[in-house]
Amino acid sequence: MSERLADWTKGEQAITYQTCTSCGHVQYFHRAFCAACGASDPREARASGKGRVYATSLVCRAATPETRAHVPYNILLVDCAEGFRMMAHGENGLAIGDEVDASFRPFAGKIVPYFTRADQAEKP
Amino acid sequence: MSFITGVGLTPFGKHEGSSSLDLMSKAAQAALDDAGLERADIDGILCGYSTVSPHIMLATVFAEHFGIRPSYAHAVQVGGATGLAMTMLAHHLVEAGVARNVLVVAGENRLTGQSRDASIQALAQVGHPDYEVPLGPTIPAYYGLVATRYMHDYGVTEEDLAEFAVLMRAHACTHPGAQFHDPITVADVMASKPVAMPLKLLDCCPVSDGGAAFVISRERTGDTGVRIRGCAQAHTHQHVTAAPGLSELGAEISIARAKEATGLAISDVRYAAIYDSFTITLAMLLEDLGLAGRGEAAACVRSGHFSRDGAMPLNTHGGLLSYGHCGVGGAMAHLVEAHLQMTGRAANRQVKDASIALLHGDGGVLSSHVSMFLERVR
Repeated sequence: MSERLADWTKGEQAITYQTCTSCGHVQYFHRAFCAACGASDPREARASGKGRVYATSLVCRAATPETRAHVPYNILLVDCAEGFRMMAHGENGLAIGDEVDASFRPFAGKIVPYFTRADQAEKP
Repeated sequence: MSFITGVGLTPFGKHEGSSSLDLMSKAAQAALDDAGLERADIDGILCGYSTVSPHIMLATVFAEHFGIRPSYAHAVQVGGATGLAMTMLAHHLVEAGVARNVLVVAGENRLTGQSRDASIQALAQVGHPDYEVPLGPTIPAYYGLVATRYMHDYGVTEEDLAEFAVLMRAHACTHPGAQFHDPITVADVMASKPVAMPLKLLDCCPVSDGGAAFVISRERTGDTGVRIRGCAQAHTHQHVTAAPGLSELGAEISIARAKEATGLAISDVRYAAIYDSFTITLAMLLEDLGLAGRGEAAACVRSGHFSRDGAMPLNTHGGLLSYGHCGVGGAMAHLVEAHLQMTGRAANRQVKDASIALLHGDGGVLSSHVSMFLERVR
């Protein structure tokens, strides 16, 4: 089995995903196998960080002191260009359908993916 | 064939000083009394979980505490769908001859036994530990995500969602056991504190103490029998990140299976008992189940369709949103109320004809679904 690529869940500024070498299924949650066909050792890759907003929810009431320091924060589901969906943070004004780019921000002692509108992110 | 021969329900709200076992015992005794059965008649026990008092063998702990030595017992965990999942299992156990009388019980001092933050945090752990929980979501946020997408796709507004909170509160006002008895308006819901937008405080069910129990039996014990006509489940995902599209959610799958199992149609249903953890949950489930057209559930509420005197009375006890939510027992209150309605014992809340009831439970983030048809037999 190939060595696992580090991603944001391991403190690295990266989003990774897996593609099944047998059936082509794309999955975001890391596994040693393809959840669609069971084939072992799906191919791992870094995602481009480009995607489109599927859903948003602005959290105004948090449950821990660490997260409460950040309210309000916008939780997103993003459909990524590579064909998987992920949960992330994003700008407060984002709407469903917006094209977005990933960056990373500290949150409650860790780094988390943070999406901004694609046209803004491309500005120097 | 199986019958729900007895039901028991405590008031929901604050039960200062009561443990989860106390609340389970109170509800269980009420259900036994209602069924006209003794402890020795119970040979099966299914119980829910308690976030306040987690235990790897809660059914056995309860059986010892309550004074029953069953031939079949264990706990069940399917989140908010646990009550109906236990009822479905009890139905099959009874039909298969494994047990004669199964006690289904749950209770939790979720409000006074721990802080509200502790409750919110415990429940948020249904999220993925690596890919979701570090982002600081809460259960309202998971449902908030579903809500924005549903509103976007079907033109549902925040005011539409507020109608469900208002209706559940109106129903709770007529039940002495409900946690809330102050009427609210759409404006009150809209003005309530934001929790996880688009969901505001009054779009969310409260945290409660309470307990509920039923007895599922092979033989009827009362004059009016309530028979489990048939039921089905569907499980499409655990985490909202992995949920299928809105048109492929489990409620539609489980109701299709339940209709097939019973030969019943939605047009046969006279009373609806539908899971309502949030206003969006109730709106979506009503539409997924076919109790309202897509995007039309709020209009049905406004026209009185789901009121006590309407064509499809819904959660006449006030639901999770206003009767309260004590965990597994929360959604079991829906079945208790359906049973009271079907047996003509709902007092000032009695509806005209609850001959056939549809119950639906949802666990996780629309992850696990149980649909069940009950039928009155005389």
